Amino acid sequence: MGNFGQKIDRFIEIFIDANGYVKVVEGLRNTLFIAVCGLLIGILIGTLIATVRVIPKYKVLPRVLNGFCSFYVGLFRGTPMVVQLLVFHFVLFPLWGWNITPVQVSIIVFGLNSGAYISEIMRSGIQSVDPGQMEAGRAVGLSFGASMTKIVIPQAVKNILPTLGNEFIALIKETSVVSFVGAADLYVAFSYIASNSYEYMVPYLVMAMIYIVLVLIITLLIKLLERSLRKSDRRN
Amino acid sequence: MIDVIDLRKRFGNLEILKGISITINKGDIVAVLGPSGSGKSTFLRCLNCMEDPTSGSIIFKGVDIADMKVDINLHRRHMGMVFQHFNLFNNKTVLQNIMMAPAYLRCKDLKKAKRQNRMTGFKNLFRKEKQELIPITTTKDQIKTEAKEQAMELLRRIGLEDKADAYPSTLSGGQKQRVAIIRSLAMNPDVILFDEPTSALDPEMVGEVLELMKELAQEGMTMVVVTHEMGFAREVASRVLFMDDGQILEEAAPQEFFDNPKDERLKEFLSKIL
Repeated sequence: MGNFGQKIDRFIEIFIDANGYVKVVEGLRNTLFIAVCGLLIGILIGTLIATVRVIPKYKVLPRVLNGFCSFYVGLFRGTPMVVQLLVFHFVLFPLWGWNITPVQVSIIVFGLNSGAYISEIMRSGIQSVDPGQMEAGRAVGLSFGASMTKIVIPQAVKNILPTLGNEFIALIKETSVVSFVGAADLYVAFSYIASNSYEYMVPYLVMAMIYIVLVLIITLLIKLLERSLRKSDRRN
Repeated sequence: MIDVIDLRKRFGNLEILKGISITINKGDIVAVLGPSGSGKSTFLRCLNCMEDPTSGSIIFKGVDIADMKVDINLHRRHMGMVFQHFNLFNNKTVLQNIMMAPAYLRCKDLKKAKRQNRMTGFKNLFRKEKQELIPITTTKDQIKTEAKEQAMELLRRIGLEDKADAYPSTLSGGQKQRVAIIRSLAMNPDVILFDEPTSALDPEMVGEVLELMKELAQEGMTMVVVTHEMGFAREVASRVLFMDDGQILEEAAPQEFFDNPKDERLKEFLSKIL
């Protein structure tokens, strides 16, 4: 470990003097931006799909929608995120003539992908709510949609918050694959520093620490959110 | 007010209701008795289409609500329902539980009326004969304060105004059921359906719930009550139905029903429980 000090010096030199920190800040911003936007889109899509999947299926339209949703979930859970990124960035978007940046592509793909996972989480959450809640909502004259959004989903979200936190943490860590399509995330920033300093140990250790700190902060935030949502619970 | 004509319900191959016909008039208090599995809960749940009837019709204020094309949500506003397991909204406070449905639905109606007015207003620009707009007399805030006042008044009536901001999980069973009853009252329904309202309560709390139901009965509320409380059926009901095997076997005034039963199955039933 004699040259560990040297390695750190070398890292700091690149980090500060060669404007490495600018890249790191940009990477961090992109990582968070992709993960947060992906999660929000995912929650939206996931809730919609989960709702479609619990609609009573007497009529044709819910059945068709349900079939489409199962296909969607099967497709996005059945292929790796990297493959989806590559397909969307190099095949589908050019084919449709969409001209969008790698970060935007990543946000869309992360949203679509996590939507598939969150739909299953959300479905288990909705099914964990007592069916009597829905019945009571319908009995006072609320429509299916209103009972869902006002009564069932708020209770479902409370139940699945820990799992949703898991999903967010997984998303943050999975953003490290967006460099495949050329989006500048944390990994890109640190590999820039590493290859410029010919020194791999310190940059990658620092990168790991940044991820850990991010995840710890998110864990804390989820805990706080959970506590504030638990005020109607029997166990306080 | 409610005409049930040849109501049938089957779950798969199991026929639960085998042709039920009954007329419920305004102010009637109908108690439905019967052994478990006789279809009385299913019958009650069919009345507000919580279970869609397989065939037959339910004429409620002149409209056949068993028809799938009817907007059932509009008609359910005039039919309260009280459940065995209370089913208070767990994520809402007691006050919100009571005022939510009236406030939300009236606001929605207001929005709809405004949208229609905008539409007719726009079309009127091109018309010679102007069409009338729907008069709008309230605002959203007004609706909300009114609903809140009404809810507080109802809570005062059952003596739980200090629990207005508590969550349902902190109430006792009897309190929950009384809140559930006034929740259905808040919509000013024409009829309230009770699905075994006291079966999940311990004996001490049954009294307070029955007391509130008696009060409603005296005020002339139309009620259909599926119950195992013979005392209540005898004392309060204006008619008692006995159901078994998906059919109404006997329908009589309570005096007649308990003292002079005609049906063999009912005699057997009464001999077991009285």
